[in-house]
Amino acid sequence: MDRDILLDVRHLSVGFESYNAKVEKVFFNAISDLNLTVHKGEIVAIVGSSGSGKSLLAHAVMNILPDNARTGGQMFYKGEELTPDVMNRLRGHEIAFIPQSVAFLDPLMQVGDQVVGTLGEKARGLQQKAFSHFGLKQQVANLYPFQLSGGMARRVLLSTSYVTETEMIIADEPTPGLDLKIAIEALRDFRVQADQGKGVILITHDIDLALNVADKIAIFYDGRVVETADTQTFRGDGQGLKHPYSQALFHALPQNGFNLPRCPKCGATCATWNVDEKGMRCGCGNS
Amino acid sequence: MSKGLLQYLTATVLRMMALLIAVTMLSFFLVHNAPMDPVDAFLGEVTVSEEQRAQIAEHWGLNRSPVEQYLIWVNNTLHGDMGESLTFHEPVTKVLGERFRASLLLMGTAWILSGVLGMILGIIAGVYKDRWPDRIIKTFSLLLASTPVFWIGLLVLMVFAVELQWFPLGLAVPIGKVESDVTWLERLHHLVLPALTLSITGIANIVLHTRQKLIDVMESEYVLFARARGESLKELVLRHGLRNIALPAVTLQFASISELFGGSVLAERVFSYPGLGSTAVVAGMHADAPLLIGIALFSALFVFAGNLTANILYGVIDPQIREGGGIDG
Repeated sequence: MDRDILLDVRHLSVGFESYNAKVEKVFFNAISDLNLTVHKGEIVAIVGSSGSGKSLLAHAVMNILPDNARTGGQMFYKGEELTPDVMNRLRGHEIAFIPQSVAFLDPLMQVGDQVVGTLGEKARGLQQKAFSHFGLKQQVANLYPFQLSGGMARRVLLSTSYVTETEMIIADEPTPGLDLKIAIEALRDFRVQADQGKGVILITHDIDLALNVADKIAIFYDGRVVETADTQTFRGDGQGLKHPYSQALFHALPQNGFNLPRCPKCGATCATWNVDEKGMRCGCGNS
Repeated sequence: MSKGLLQYLTATVLRMMALLIAVTMLSFFLVHNAPMDPVDAFLGEVTVSEEQRAQIAEHWGLNRSPVEQYLIWVNNTLHGDMGESLTFHEPVTKVLGERFRASLLLMGTAWILSGVLGMILGIIAGVYKDRWPDRIIKTFSLLLASTPVFWIGLLVLMVFAVELQWFPLGLAVPIGKVESDVTWLERLHHLVLPALTLSITGIANIVLHTRQKLIDVMESEYVLFARARGESLKELVLRHGLRNIALPAVTLQFASISELFGGSVLAERVFSYPGLGSTAVVAGMHADAPLLIGIALFSALFVFAGNLTANILYGVIDPQIREGGGIDG
């Protein structure tokens, strides 16, 4: 077993049990057969459209899925199986999660206290350091979440991963709402942390941003990773990309000509493509 | 800020006045149209001539139009005179003052008891959602919520007063004792059963609301994040749960005052407790218009004050109301 592997997700599936209007139990599959490996010192970007289940992956790893969620597959952290018990021990200490919106902050608690969390006053200094690191005034610590702008909230959320000795960071959309300077600073930060030997999972829908900082890019579509490619592969002509969806994504990038995939039969550039691990087919029924 | 405060105060006073006018007019209208003759009620068994009856009616102003009667009452009330109670032969203000003190003790005890117990049980149920503590508490609450106050009162009487004889059957003080000789312990002894009855009926509502609110909070994204940061269940409840159910709890607790008032009428009746509630019943039975309207006015004022307190507390507790905007960082 590769000793540098930090997190290894194998055949993960996440689904939800619920009741429909006829009070029948229905099952909705959100993630199926997902594989992902994160090495020490590596930033893996998970890139996919909104609603493709990226956040769920983070929640599944952190063991914070709702009660009606059902998971399958296995996860390993440093070679040890990541059971819910192990996760409950690690989270907040070795593994840090950076959520995506201000809704993840308690509306009635001052944000400084939230960054400190349950670590006690000894973490107060770390919180102050984190705030100055992210360009937040120290008075911000006394504010409530509703008093923060989107960018400030984001920086407060980033600060929460600074008060512990983390080995792995899972950041869910950490940059929207930040101005470019702070966004780049935040990403550079992830790079620095990765270079110190930490593992970073960067969940984003912004492929450009991912290309700037990540080592590997996992293309996420409809609950599965269709392809994991080195960032290098996305440079140049994109010939190294194997999956048609990744190639289509590559060609759709502004720097690569903004080309949308066209179906050879119907000629449509529509978005109704059926994608699976083998390839993609146009919604017109032809492939 | 001060301009907003002034506006708020003006609006509150206007609303209160509108409420009081509406309540007194309505109760005046009801009393006036009730199938009871105040003169008959006043005389009771005593027989008098038609002439004397007419004199009494004249003396009370019953021959004037209802609008006139109402305006006279308003004018007198504004001058601090709410008339004389026909049943107690004492000024209405004095009766209200005495009876309210007894009621306040009863309602206050029940209010605090139901609030504290309700909150604790609601939190336990919410934390152990769908597990056995929750099931027991929930069943218990639903059962209580659908049980009338007077029935619980009778049940409590049968068990604790008749069978076990732990507590007296009724009244607020021992029978045949001079007011000044009554000890606090005796008052307390008489208070237990009615207060228990009254709080039991208030608890269910508070339990069920607290439970639901805590469940909502525990499923929120900020609790999710706190969990992801390694907070234990206990820390989640103490740090985020309590904080976020405090506001709705305050609203609920103060809104329950009106229900408590309604419940106290029944509870006091069952326990012959001489509070405002049983006085209202007596006043109604005897067509004691001045007292009845006085009680209506007073209850409306009391409930209004409760809601107003909740609003003010909201501003004190909720940072989103307390501290307007933020600062740019």
